[in-house]
Amino acid sequence: MSTFSAIGEEREIDRDEYTPDVEPQPTWCPGCGDFSVLKALKQALPEVGRSPEETLLCTGIGCSGKLNSYLDTYGFHTIHGRSLPVARAAKLANPDLEVIAAGGDGDGYGIGGNHFLHTARENHDMTYIVFNNEIFGLTKGQTSPTSPKGHKSKTQPHGSAKEPLKPLSLSLNAGASYVARTAAVNPNQAKEIIIEAIEHDGFAHVDFLTQCPTWNKDARQYVPYIDVQESEDYDFDTTDKVEAAEMMRETEEALHEGKVLTGRYYVDDDRPSYGAEKQAIGEMPEEPLAERYWDDDYEWERSHEKFLDKHA
Amino acid sequence: MTDDELIWRISGGSGDGIASTSQNFAKALMRSGLNVFTHRHYPSRIRGGHTYTEVRASADPVESRGDGYNFLLALGDSFARNPQEKSVYGNEEIKPLSENLDELREGGVIVYDEGLLDASEIPDFEERAEENDWHVFPLDLRGLARDMGREVMRNTAGVGATCALTGMDLNHVEDLMRDAMPEKILEPNLEILETAYDQVREEYDVDAPDVSVPTGEHDETQLLMSGSDAISYGAIDEGCRFIAGYPMTPWTEVFTIMTQNLPELGGISEQVEDEIAAAALAVGASHAGVKAMSGSSGGGFALMSEPLGLAEMTETPVVLVEAMRAGPSTGMPTKPEQSDLEHVLYTSQGDSQRVVLAPGTVEEAYEQSRIAFRLAYEYQIPAILLYDQKLGGEMTNVPKSHFDREPNPTLGKTLSEDALADEPHSTDGKFHRFQHDVEDGVSPRSIPGQKGGRFLATGNEHSPTGHIEESPDNRVAQIDRRTQKLEAIRADLDTEDTGSYAGPEDAQYGILTFGSQQGTVEEAVGRLNDAGVSVKSYGVSDMLPFPTEQVEAFIESVDEVLVVEMTASGQFRGLVQKNLGRYGERLSSLLKYNGNPFEPAEVVDGFEAAIIEGDGDASGHQTTFVPAAGD
Repeated sequence: MSTFSAIGEEREIDRDEYTPDVEPQPTWCPGCGDFSVLKALKQALPEVGRSPEETLLCTGIGCSGKLNSYLDTYGFHTIHGRSLPVARAAKLANPDLEVIAAGGDGDGYGIGGNHFLHTARENHDMTYIVFNNEIFGLTKGQTSPTSPKGHKSKTQPHGSAKEPLKPLSLSLNAGASYVARTAAVNPNQAKEIIIEAIEHDGFAHVDFLTQCPTWNKDARQYVPYIDVQESEDYDFDTTDKVEAAEMMRETEEALHEGKVLTGRYYVDDDRPSYGAEKQAIGEMPEEPLAERYWDDDYEWERSHEKFLDKHA
Repeated sequence: MTDDELIWRISGGSGDGIASTSQNFAKALMRSGLNVFTHRHYPSRIRGGHTYTEVRASADPVESRGDGYNFLLALGDSFARNPQEKSVYGNEEIKPLSENLDELREGGVIVYDEGLLDASEIPDFEERAEENDWHVFPLDLRGLARDMGREVMRNTAGVGATCALTGMDLNHVEDLMRDAMPEKILEPNLEILETAYDQVREEYDVDAPDVSVPTGEHDETQLLMSGSDAISYGAIDEGCRFIAGYPMTPWTEVFTIMTQNLPELGGISEQVEDEIAAAALAVGASHAGVKAMSGSSGGGFALMSEPLGLAEMTETPVVLVEAMRAGPSTGMPTKPEQSDLEHVLYTSQGDSQRVVLAPGTVEEAYEQSRIAFRLAYEYQIPAILLYDQKLGGEMTNVPKSHFDREPNPTLGKTLSEDALADEPHSTDGKFHRFQHDVEDGVSPRSIPGQKGGRFLATGNEHSPTGHIEESPDNRVAQIDRRTQKLEAIRADLDTEDTGSYAGPEDAQYGILTFGSQQGTVEEAVGRLNDAGVSVKSYGVSDMLPFPTEQVEAFIESVDEVLVVEMTASGQFRGLVQKNLGRYGERLSSLLKYNGNPFEPAEVVDGFEAAIIEGDGDASGHQTTFVPAAGD
């Protein structure tokens, strides 16, 4: 048996394999958009041929972080805002793993915002799904970085004085090579976008609008939605940064005017992933580092021969 | 004045090449057969500001900086700010000479660059020189360097003058310059070296000062190495091939050494957005099956608190290094202190479940770096190497054979797929990664990508499969198991002999210290015994789990104990009392927190004042005595 024989194994994968026995039913509120992320992943993973044991799902903290309890892959339920640094290191350590990170809008755009910027900038080959419900859910309804201006909550009783953060534009400018937005109410598009994101060789950021029926009734259900690729009203080139930026701007402004635009916004298939860039300059081995520790024939070098003579 | 050692101080401004010149000179002395030890003093400034390095050389072993010094090479601060009228800085240019006079011993030598420095600007300079029997040699080093090459080569001229005045053979210096310098600058430097050497010998009576380079001999190959070098090589020899970090003084040294060496070993280094990410990356890489480390200094380490706790809860092996500097907050970035001890022991929420080791010497830094990795991976626990700006930056000679040890790339209790198949699983195939009843509390782990190893790592309390679980029975079982690991590690550490003892076993008094002050304390113990005081010392390295039995036995074996540490609040003494639960009446403290490490004489005088005379008034030193409880 090889070290990581789950990786690259050719076989049919049943979507039930991703459902844990211990907690098959999520504890999200009835009508929560988070169910749709789980469903889209359970559909997408077998379709791209990535089994539970070759997938590492890293989450943050919040309702979204519960995803690890309901999607039965190798999992790392990290700490608030820190799924990305954990995930990207795992990918560098073993590039053969399918690495997916997920978190909420507070997790990814607030407390973990710095990691989001830099992971996008570096273009790590991974998928990042942000459950964007424009609210803090698990802590019971506080205003979040994507809450619209004027949004009232227990922590912003007079309405938020802040403009909401624009995640798509931010992602593009930070350097993500795949940027899309989908919505829980659009399961077919969600599945397709998740598949594309997983298959994309680079940092794929999916802003997933997940309505919160409990704490953010203002946002309603993100309906009616418009798919910018399908609608005849929009025509832009997803490989053109300038056109993508303009479409993102329009989308992010329209959201709080009741118009829900979704779809693919930016796709750059030419930019090498961070791992490839690092290998090209000789700063990352060609073989997965994680394999080396299991190779009985590997000759481990020591400082004694390699580095000490310069100190003599 | 002792004539059996040379303590050479080279001073100038930041950016004047003080560090590299002193390193080369130290290596030349080492190659000549001497034991060497360096001490750095520098400001947090890119260019200019008074900086010096001391090189102590002796035929006898040296484990500490000395008391003062006996040879000053003052180069002048070429980046000094303009001394304008009413300037608040004073004349910075003269500081490499003026700031170093207080610690120069009687009979000492001063070579200064009269091309840059005007000694007449220093009040009472001539009177002080006469009073202290200093031998002063004003030399136009800059002029000489300018005439024969470039001004920056005045350091070389200074070294040539040093050799002439101390009777040091030029060969060792020349060999080193050939090793270290590119062809283009080698020739003019060699010429400057020789010219300065000859000039001084011709113009002065070089035998007048009673300061000379001692002669010694090594019976095996020696290496000039810093604590930061040793920590890095320890990590490499344990199979660490991943580091993530963010620059911060003084931890940057380890980060840089690792980053420069890892590509050659097929390893990975990541400079990331902040220290939260740095520690989280190390955790992520380790989770995916690689031996990984991160580190920082005080403020950066504060940001690592959360990932550190995550590693504790998920039982992810990881090594963090913490290079202490004077705090709180930004504190004094380039000055040593040991006051992050409590921070490192207790930071992060919940009960601490980590290993903390504080090596005392460069040799120990290598050994304990290896021990930290071994313990982290065998017991699935974060291990922290706690050191400071002093140990990280000081250089000393270590026999090459010290490093001639087998590499240890093993991951600890990590299962192969074959072995995983025999382990307990849930009905859905989930591996029981966190089993309740296992030997030493260590439940074997799997690595993502392995068939049959699927589990969830989570910062929440969890069941054997990793599923979030808050039942009281599970909680108690899991926390007891994780705590049990510390007992097993304590027993394991007892076989490693990390503590360092000096002085006669049956001594009447004791000195306890930890980390980087060990060498200085041991030198002080030698001197005290020579002077008829019966005292021994114990340098403790294991901060957590604490060697309670050993420390208790040490305290029980003497009448009184002085605890020596570089903190203002006596953190180490507090740790001793916390673990032992008594002895408050037998422990007094000698503290230093002015930004400079202890000199041996400060420990000697402090001990005499504290223990022998009992009033603790060690006049003339900036140390603080805190009496035992009830005194």
